[in-house]
Amino acid sequence: MAHTIPLSWYLAISALLFAMGALGVLVRRNPLIIFMSVELMLNAANLAFVTFARSFGVLTGQIFVFFVMTVSAAEVAVGLALIIIIFRNKHSIDVDLMNSLKG
Amino acid sequence: MNLTLILFIVLAAVAAASAVGLLVSRNTVYAALFLVLNFATVAIFYLLLGAPFIALAQVTIYAGAIMVLFLFVIMLLGSEKLPKGQVLPWQRPMAIALAAVLLAEAGFLLFQRLQLTASLANPESSVNTTEALRTLGLALFSQYLLPFEVTSVLLLAAMVGVIVLTKKEKGESG
Repeated sequence: MAHTIPLSWYLAISALLFAMGALGVLVRRNPLIIFMSVELMLNAANLAFVTFARSFGVLTGQIFVFFVMTVSAAEVAVGLALIIIIFRNKHSIDVDLMNSLKG
Repeated sequence: MNLTLILFIVLAAVAAASAVGLLVSRNTVYAALFLVLNFATVAIFYLLLGAPFIALAQVTIYAGAIMVLFLFVIMLLGSEKLPKGQVLPWQRPMAIALAAVLLAEAGFLLFQRLQLTASLANPESSVNTTEALRTLGLALFSQYLLPFEVTSVLLLAAMVGVIVLTKKEKGESG
C-alpha cells in the first residue's frame, strides 16, 4: 500500500515532544508551565502507546492511554490545588521561593 | 508525496512549533493555549493511527477539561506573568544540553538499535466504525473492568483530596 507512514516517524515525534517537555520542566520557573510540560510528556508517552498499539494490532495500548488520561486528570486537580495553597501562603508561586526547607 | 504524508508533516511541524511556543512564551495564558493546540494535533495523530475513541477522549479530557482547569487557576492566581528574578547562570545551557542528550538517546535507540522499518498502513475504513468502538468498550468493561473501577475510586479520592486540601483551617482568616 502506497499511503504509509513509517512507524518510526510517530515515535520520533513522541521522542521530540517528550524531550521538549523535559526541557520545559528544567528551564521554566513558573510551576504552572512546569506542570503543563509534565502534561506534554504524558502526551508524548500516550502517542507512543497508541503507535505501538497500532503496530501490533492490539487494543491494550489504547485502553492504557485511556487510564493514563484519567490518572492525569486526577493528578492535575490535586497539583493545581497544591499550587493554590502555596500561593495562599506565600503570595507568589515562583518555584525559586519554595525553599522553606532550606537550612 | 501523497496526501497522508503531507498531512503528517504539517501536523508534526505544528506539534513541534506549539511545544516550542509552550517553552518560550512569557505569558502563561499563551503557553496554555499553545498546549491546547499541541493536544489537538496529537488528537489528529490518534485519528491517523486509527484510534478515534482516544482522539475524542484527548480533545474532551485534555484540551477540554484539563486545560480549562489550568486557565481557571492561571486567571484565579493572576499569575499570567512572573516578575523576572535571579536565574542561575548555568541552568539554561545545562538544561538544553541535557534535553539534547535525552533526544539523542531516544533517536539512537529508535534508529540504531530497534531498526524500525515497519510502515503503518492507513487505518482501514473499518477501523473508524462503531464496531471498533464496540470492541474497545467490551474490552474496557470485561477484561479491564477492575482497573476501570479502580480509576473511579482514584478520581473520587482526588476529588475529596482537593476539597480537603483547599479548605480553610478553622479560625484561619483570608
